[in-house]
Amino acid sequence: MSDIMSAPHQHPAMTFENAASMGLSREEWDLIRTRLGRTPNLCELGIFSAMWSEHCSYKSSKRWLKTLPTEGPQVIQGPGENAGAVDIGDGLAAIFKIESHNHPSFIEPYQGAATGVGGILRDVFTMGARPVALLNALRFGAADHEKTRHLLSGVVSGIGGYGNCIGIPTIGGEVNFDSSYNGNILVNAMAIGLANSDRIFRSAATGPGNPVIYVGAKTGRDGIHGATMASAEFSDETESKRPTVQVGDPFTGKLLMEACLELMASDAVLAIQDMGAAGLTSSSVEMASKGGLGMEMDLELVPAREDGMSAYELMLSESQERMLMVLKPDATETARQIFEKWDLDFMPIGKVTETGRLVLLKDGDVACDIPLAPLVDDAPEYDRPQAEVAKRPVLASADISDDRPVTEVLTELLCSVDLASRRWIYEQYDSQVMADTIAPPGGDAGLVRVHGSRRGLAASTDCTPRYVEADPRTGGAQAVAEAWRNLSAIGARGLAITNNLNFGNPERPEILTQMAQSVLGMGDAARALETPVVSGNVSLYNETDGSAILPCPVIGMVGTIEDIGAAVGMAPAAGLTLVVIGQTDATDDGWLGVSLYARNLAGNPVAAPPPVDLEAERRNGLFVQQQIASGAVAAAHDISDGGLAVAVAEMCIAGRTGAQLTLPEGGNPHGWAFGEDQARYIVATADTPALLAAADLAGVPAATIGSTRNGGELQFGDEGAISVGDLSNLVEATIPALMSGG
Amino acid sequence: MTARIGIVTFPGSLDDADAARAVRIAGGKAIALWHDDDDLRGVDAVVLPGGFSYGDYLRCGALAARSPIMEAVLDHAARGGAVMGICNGFQVLLEAGLLPGVLVENAGLKYVCRNTCIEVVDGTGSPFTAGLVPGQKMVIPVAHNEGNYFAGDDDLQRLEDNGQIAFRYVDSDIHGPANPNGAARDIAGIISANGRVMGMMPHPERAISPELGSADGATMLTASLEALVS
Repeated sequence: MSDIMSAPHQHPAMTFENAASMGLSREEWDLIRTRLGRTPNLCELGIFSAMWSEHCSYKSSKRWLKTLPTEGPQVIQGPGENAGAVDIGDGLAAIFKIESHNHPSFIEPYQGAATGVGGILRDVFTMGARPVALLNALRFGAADHEKTRHLLSGVVSGIGGYGNCIGIPTIGGEVNFDSSYNGNILVNAMAIGLANSDRIFRSAATGPGNPVIYVGAKTGRDGIHGATMASAEFSDETESKRPTVQVGDPFTGKLLMEACLELMASDAVLAIQDMGAAGLTSSSVEMASKGGLGMEMDLELVPAREDGMSAYELMLSESQERMLMVLKPDATETARQIFEKWDLDFMPIGKVTETGRLVLLKDGDVACDIPLAPLVDDAPEYDRPQAEVAKRPVLASADISDDRPVTEVLTELLCSVDLASRRWIYEQYDSQVMADTIAPPGGDAGLVRVHGSRRGLAASTDCTPRYVEADPRTGGAQAVAEAWRNLSAIGARGLAITNNLNFGNPERPEILTQMAQSVLGMGDAARALETPVVSGNVSLYNETDGSAILPCPVIGMVGTIEDIGAAVGMAPAAGLTLVVIGQTDATDDGWLGVSLYARNLAGNPVAAPPPVDLEAERRNGLFVQQQIASGAVAAAHDISDGGLAVAVAEMCIAGRTGAQLTLPEGGNPHGWAFGEDQARYIVATADTPALLAAADLAGVPAATIGSTRNGGELQFGDEGAISVGDLSNLVEATIPALMSGG
Repeated sequence: MTARIGIVTFPGSLDDADAARAVRIAGGKAIALWHDDDDLRGVDAVVLPGGFSYGDYLRCGALAARSPIMEAVLDHAARGGAVMGICNGFQVLLEAGLLPGVLVENAGLKYVCRNTCIEVVDGTGSPFTAGLVPGQKMVIPVAHNEGNYFAGDDDLQRLEDNGQIAFRYVDSDIHGPANPNGAARDIAGIISANGRVMGMMPHPERAISPELGSADGATMLTASLEALVS
């Protein structure tokens, strides 16, 4: 390979029309020509458009992401690497990230979801971590929309298809339905891995002259310019973009994971980056620019699946299961043997340089020669305008008149697709492979044992989009608070978060407001709960034909529990007292504004969502964690969608036990039963006085609301009792009936 | 005497590490075996673990059944050596012709992962069911897409008559139908006529402590390993 530094004149120069077809604006096109001092060729323009896409450059979100707290004593690696890392004790780090695959999953649900899982797993094992758990957060259109069944079925089998086959347990997730997702579903996948804290691998290239190695699967023409597609709005024609959806091969992914982890046990690897969005482009550009160096590659040497691929196609392909590494020169042969043992391609394709430029050779010619700084450091950054957030009125529960019995409303809510059992979904995921799963999906948080120890790693994914729409700042904080609560409810303490910001077109002020304000709320909560943001992903332009999704900034929280034996589930035995934590009086009237009850049963009035008191969240969460650790609580469940009555019913169903609850006198019993006031839990205890005394001492509101009992009947006050078994059957039937077209 | 149990890793094996841990918990010594070798390293028994060997391309277990290590496993079995196949390993045993029948796609046409309750049936005196009594029930999870056991009526009757059905799915309070995949005669596992080769869809290596939901797999494997070296 020669060091050719001259500009590549032989290739036809591009025009603004070419740039526009790749999603670049007139200003961005002019900027590229100014920075280059000439007009780019096709390959160079493709590289600019990919690196400057919203997906890779965060150009609309960066200004807001910078406001998030990213530091803390537990943080080993914050945002900016393939994934974030936190110290979990015993010399171990939990390495995790969440990422979206929304657009591909709408076009081709199985492959879109499968490669979403594959991609996030690569982000984690690229850091040197063995993945130990997967979660997801999914949003589909209305249950009765013509595409929902097809998309849900395809996405679930795609997530399972990849996760099951690569052998990482799926331990949690959330699924919701809303008509705003009819034309733009959300598929966010999260992976968590474990590594020794002192053996974490990063992506900055080092040592000019060191070899740049391509490993993994061959490069084909699939997924070309996927990052750009993921940064554009959908239209009716988008479905013709099927060729831009990547195809995953979990078998190759498994071999690549084993080969990389085997190689990383030695000291051969200096830098490593997976080829995710924008493939060879983003991996080479990011490695070189993070190292403050340059890179030269001969694209003739890239293992290709098809003949005659151009420089543009090789650089923009998003073929899966590929990695780029910088190795110590004398370790190349050992590394080659490992990859050959696992039947994977291993090819030195270039070297690290000192030039600060990306130089690509193809057919004995310079196909690309561009400075790296404009691609990354000088990428555009926009401070787009926001709109006013209209102040919404508080909905008084007395304004909702519905005198149906609590149990009747409860049954209707529980059987809605919003709250029905997700068993049909999670039984399609292998939740037990690796034989460390303590809490599989179906509870408040997933929990896996840290292999060979008593420590547990807990995780949950959460967001309530209707709160975010109603009040973005409160909604952003609530997503963090709910994740914290889900971990607290099994006895685990949240350590850090990863976020996936799913919004519409940020060029519209009302959408930018949703993003900006919810990020601020997220920051408020992350600071208050000491759960800094260590990684994340932004997915904008989630719109179809100008209609935006409900804003969905998903939080993935990871935490720990000292002893997995102390963790509790939500299933109480009979004969225990039910205590609501976070509520001063058993008869408190509840907040119905923007509740599931108000949306589904009361005409969805415009109202303010429940306020989030972060000090209360912190205090109540720590109290619940302590009471679980000390054995005072036998079962716990956080109160979220559907309120107190739904939480109690879910506990009864899980525990196959009945319960008797006291209804408040006066007020609207539906407010008490279905209000969604935050920072609350229901716990079951055998020693009520001790629990109430401890709560009093800790300054935590607590009130007895009833008790569990034999006989399998759930009763509110002197209303007629309902059978928990019947309720369970109904709740289990909803999604299977939807999926069978019933 | 400690049982030496060989655990084969094919490309795409997933439960090899879990199986090795379960063997250690059951008091044995786990010996790693590689698909491309043809040496069993003098082990007392071989475990073919779960997973997606060779990506399950062509048919589940079909490519693995033709790998170099399987020639050694076939020789071992022909000499009366003990072999246990779990999940994908069961599929490999069928593809290798060590046990009769086939495993086809689940009746529900979906992957299924959950606990099942299985009842011990074995009438061959196999070491793999040594510590268990007929009728005994165990909670063991399944996780598969092709676990629907099928064989011709003659083969099924022969399995019944010879006591070669190792385990059957039976009713319990676990949610969902007892039989998770539509297997003929609720078969969860079968054994060769001489009791030395067993295949089963449920994963005993995942049921190794109460915190994981069941320790029945550890109980079963502990007795098996004792029987293998006594």
